[in-house]
Amino acid sequence: MKFVAVIRQVPDGESKLKIQGNRVDLSGATLILDQMDEYAVEEALRLREKHGGEAIVVGFGPERTEEAIRTALAMGADRGIHVVYEGFADPVAVAEALAGVIREEAPTLVLTGGQQADWDSQALGAALAEALGVPVVSWTTALELEGETAKAKHDLDEGAEWVRVRLPAVFTTQQGLNEPRYPTLPGIMKAKKKEIKKVAFSGAPKVEILEESIQEKTRLQKVLDGKDPVAAAEELVRLLHEEAKVL
Amino acid sequence: MVLVVLDHDGNKLRKGSLEALTRARALAEALGGRVAGVLLAEETAPVEEALAYVETLYTATLGPYTAEKWAAGVVAAAGEMGAQAVVAPSSRQSRTYLGRVAYALKAGLLEDTLESGVEGGAVVATRYAYLNRVTQKVRSALPVVLSVKPNTTPLAEPLAAPGAVKPLEVPPVPTVEVLERVQEEKKGVSLTEADIVVTGGRGMGSAEAFRLVEEMAALLGGAVGATRAVVDAGWRPYSEQVGQTGKTVQPSLYIALGVSGAVQHLAGMNKSKYIVAVNKDPEAPIFKHADYGIVGDVHQVVPALIEAVKKLKD
Ligand SMILES: Cc1cc2nc3c(=O)[nH]c(=O)nc-3n(C[C@H](O)[C@H](O)[C@H](O)COP(=O)(O)OP(=O)(O)OC[C@H]3O[C@@H](n4cnc5c(N)ncnc54)[C@H](O)[C@@H]3O)c2cc1C
Repeated sequence: MKFVAVIRQVPDGESKLKIQGNRVDLSGATLILDQMDEYAVEEALRLREKHGGEAIVVGFGPERTEEAIRTALAMGADRGIHVVYEGFADPVAVAEALAGVIREEAPTLVLTGGQQADWDSQALGAALAEALGVPVVSWTTALELEGETAKAKHDLDEGAEWVRVRLPAVFTTQQGLNEPRYPTLPGIMKAKKKEIKKVAFSGAPKVEILEESIQEKTRLQKVLDGKDPVAAAEELVRLLHEEAKVL
Repeated sequence: MVLVVLDHDGNKLRKGSLEALTRARALAEALGGRVAGVLLAEETAPVEEALAYVETLYTATLGPYTAEKWAAGVVAAAGEMGAQAVVAPSSRQSRTYLGRVAYALKAGLLEDTLESGVEGGAVVATRYAYLNRVTQKVRSALPVVLSVKPNTTPLAEPLAAPGAVKPLEVPPVPTVEVLERVQEEKKGVSLTEADIVVTGGRGMGSAEAFRLVEEMAALLGGAVGATRAVVDAGWRPYSEQVGQTGKTVQPSLYIALGVSGAVQHLAGMNKSKYIVAVNKDPEAPIFKHADYGIVGDVHQVVPALIEAVKKLKD
């Protein structure tokens, strides 16, 4: 069996972002394997451990994405494929580019994060499923293989549902599915020797980013001491009523 | 030619559908063309209501929702009318099936947009990125698929003359089999539409302690929110989760009780007009993102807050 995890490298959410010439400049930011994709890598590893076969990590993005692929290899993935592209490619274009690579692997199933921490896009899994002509289960929180099918639980806008799906299929992952493991030192050493196949991006992004700006609202940060809870509460309610005018 | 996806609960159109319709009409006007609607139903759909808003309404009854069937329905309607643009209200479900639709139509996908317009024959829109910290202006050539973030757009008015229904042929597609829906009981004000949200975090200490969060929300006419930690602990249902993997809210007042302020939580609420935090740790990151706060124990501060609000109301 072959379990494919599709990953990207993104800035850590805690990183400070800056703007350079109308665009976000990541030169000072810490870049990490997207945490939502970590659940995909972990699930691929668990499936391989349970059912045998191979866990393959497929990364999309600029040269630096190799670091995120190495992280996944250090967690335990068997080998990597890197579709290299500098610049912005929208998830639909990415799906098109990855579909060929993934089809060649003929995987049992494909996993990827439910939302991207840089573009805030939720589309990659669905677009990839369309490109591969298979079903998608989004925001998966439980996954079991049962022969040619999988049984999965996933979140809806309200509530959740259990579904059965014939494989191959694409699953998008999120917090709750599993607890991703940390790369170990031996894992990191081994990862250095694992194969990463480089593939050139072929595709034409349809969406273009024209401009980016950071609009983090400056907050008032008026913090009261709550040693006297009643006095603090009354003062807070007064501020919300008289100053903010929201009560 | 613009197609608008009309989302509904089986009986009534959702508010977001009327926002999407306003956007669809503006795009149609700028691109020169009509607007048609598509109404996909599990079993029942508010056909009469929808007909008041569009000249042509494509309908199909498809059984339990799946991304594959809904995508096939939207693609079929887009094909029938020769749509250059597809506009839908943004929800977790729509953002899944629209990914399929965009791929199938070879269209650019603009997700969760705040505003949209036409410039030089292409569609431009604004949206948030980087966990809601950055505003992007994006452009896509036609065809385009666009989702509309809730509470960003005025609601469309009905047309003078009601439209006509066109039943849609939707080809069967390989999809998932829905085994069981786990419905969550809905009570009180809807989280995404509430003007005040009171969220409890792990600092509340127990499921029972959420009584205080509920009381506070009810008193203010607001909705209850929860962090992922609370949902994972089984204290509150997933439908109340605010954040990257939960709901995005943008109320006038967001009150975070016993919430640390992790980036993934902030992503769901950092656009709120005013943020209030109660946390016993003065170093909790939430205070950096708050307008007002109290350093203290929620078990003492929240009851006092409830009393103070009651006093104000008298
Ligand atoms: C990919 C990914 C997606 C995620 N998505 C989400 C999401 O959508 N939503 C979300 O919320 N999280 C999400 N998380 C989890 C997030 O990182 C945090 O773990 C979570 O938000 C923490 O919840 P919390 O603030 O309730 O708990 P904690 O971090 O445990 O914080 C509890 C706080 O309560 C305070 N406290 C404790 N006792 C008291 C008391 N008696 N009185 C006052 N204060 C007290 C503590 O000082 C602390 O600051 C996600 C994580 C990942 C990796």
